[in-house]
Amino acid sequence: MKMTITEKILARAAGLDCVKPGDNIWVNVDVLLTHDVCGPGTIGIFHREFGKDAKVFSKEGVVIIPDHYIFTADEKAHRNVDILREFVKAQGLPYFYEPGTPSYCGVCHLGLPQHGHVRPGEVIIGTDSHTCSHGALGAFSTGVGNTDAGFVMGTGKMLVKVPETIRFVLNGRKPDYISAKDMILRIIGDIGVDGAMYCAMEFTGDAVRDLSIDERITICNMAVEAGAKNGIIPPDEKTFEYVRSRTDKAFVPVYGDDGAPVMKEYVYDVSEFVPCVAKPHIPSNYAAARDCSDVVIDRAYIGSCTGGKLDDMIMAASVLAGRKVKAETLIVPATMEIADAMKTVKIGGKSLVDIFEAAGCAPIPPPSCAACLGGPVDTFGRTHGSEVVISTTNRNFIGRMGSKNAPIYLASPLTAAASAVTGRITDPRDI
Amino acid sequence: MKIKAKVYVLGDNIDTDQIIPAQYLNLVPTIKSEYDKLGSYAMAGLPETAIPFVDSATGKSPYGIMIAGRNFGCGSSREHAPVALGAAGCKAVIAESYARIFFRNSVATGEVYPFETPVSLVSEFKTGDEAELDVGSGTLMRLSDGKVFPLKSLGAVAPVVEAGGMFGYARKVGMIKS
Ligand code: SF4
Repeated sequence: MKMTITEKILARAAGLDCVKPGDNIWVNVDVLLTHDVCGPGTIGIFHREFGKDAKVFSKEGVVIIPDHYIFTADEKAHRNVDILREFVKAQGLPYFYEPGTPSYCGVCHLGLPQHGHVRPGEVIIGTDSHTCSHGALGAFSTGVGNTDAGFVMGTGKMLVKVPETIRFVLNGRKPDYISAKDMILRIIGDIGVDGAMYCAMEFTGDAVRDLSIDERITICNMAVEAGAKNGIIPPDEKTFEYVRSRTDKAFVPVYGDDGAPVMKEYVYDVSEFVPCVAKPHIPSNYAAARDCSDVVIDRAYIGSCTGGKLDDMIMAASVLAGRKVKAETLIVPATMEIADAMKTVKIGGKSLVDIFEAAGCAPIPPPSCAACLGGPVDTFGRTHGSEVVISTTNRNFIGRMGSKNAPIYLASPLTAAASAVTGRITDPRDI
Repeated sequence: MKIKAKVYVLGDNIDTDQIIPAQYLNLVPTIKSEYDKLGSYAMAGLPETAIPFVDSATGKSPYGIMIAGRNFGCGSSREHAPVALGAAGCKAVIAESYARIFFRNSVATGEVYPFETPVSLVSEFKTGDEAELDVGSGTLMRLSDGKVFPLKSLGAVAPVVEAGGMFGYARKVGMIKS
């Protein structure tokens, strides 16, 4: 029987020749990712169920990347990182990206691929809903809670229901003013926040192949906003180049069979896409940016695993170069690697950091999740009142960035930067 | 098993930030005192105009059953969400559909029964109504007039729910030693 890429990866991980949607199978997990918010609870469950002397299923297979509540005075947040620290020591884990040390890396979903832990064809389980990001490199990758993660930690196995696949074929040539964020917001606008519930979202077509790895991550990152179990992009030369530059570990890529049946297929021509936003308070509340030009903003926020990558920074800087921002503009690189690159990558002879400074953006804080999910009250960029925010993050639920009264508009880095310049929601073509 | 309780009624797309806001994610569910604390913050992310879900004097909820529309629990993978509901004293959620991670976390932890309904029951109940959930037969009765609403069967996850969660199930099927 012909299988999609998701089905083939799961079949291989389960040691089966063939699986079909709806099958409940035990798969072998290659990487378990956890962070400071869900790691301590996962460890608690692991010890409760497997005993206080239990050992993790694989030292190399457990990757711990604290990123959520790092730069805060909150005592429990620090206690939680201490719990991780002790665990890593007791277990002898080699991959702990520890805050306050040179190994600190920032947001887990970019730290994981940047440090070579994401490889095509593998199975990645993470205690974070945006673990679906890693499908951008041709892996099966999904988010779970502490209990499932505690189980994986002890056994290296997970019970998975094979999802049905919905395929999104994105054809055509992407105009310069369009980014991956516009593509995925458009798709979620069309199918709704439960449009891909329990399904695999597979993204193919010329327009996807043309995207950089950073941009592919944006698309897969937001699969969960449509309710999907995983997002996935077939690996290609770009994927292999990225992965090989970051790890020596061998991998065997998996491809779907030609003509494998899917539940549904959507075909788009991206040349017709327009810069867009998701209006409050749900990611499916699609609108063309031009239709929101009367919305005055207080803040532009450029950061997170969705919108704080190097390509996002380059897009934002391309708009802000030689301009001044009218609204408060917060730039939060997702990882140390990105923060470092922002000092060396140049547009028109000026580094991204210099461009942001000259444009009047706020001083750039160290990488972390920061205000993407609100967090402790002293979190950088957290909303406290009724600030209207345009943000490159992935969720705009009520209270997501802190205050229940602060409406959030999700947008691409280009649209967020253009809006920062004018002080109202602005299509990047209009400045 | 039967659960007789007051119901709390919500609409579609109730996300995990409403169930447990991110500022409380510094609490670790496996630490008993923090588990209870999570319960006291259950549904703290609802708009200020909403009827309080938790009684601030006791830190527990007078509502043992939650009734909601589509896509309940969308958003984050935080297990703190079903844990907060369970810790507050809520025994079951009855929704038209669920976001998958919330559903999975409910089943895996055994904190709340996640039942689905063939049609939305949101307009059939109002917050404070009394209902009786029959877990075995998968029905919900409105106590004011005795009307019985069928729920969807738990399907493939029924054995996991019956075993009390992921670990109980894995031990039962021999995936881990007891
Ligand atoms: S940046 Fe935001 S969405 Fe990404 S992992 Fe951190 S909190 Fe979650």
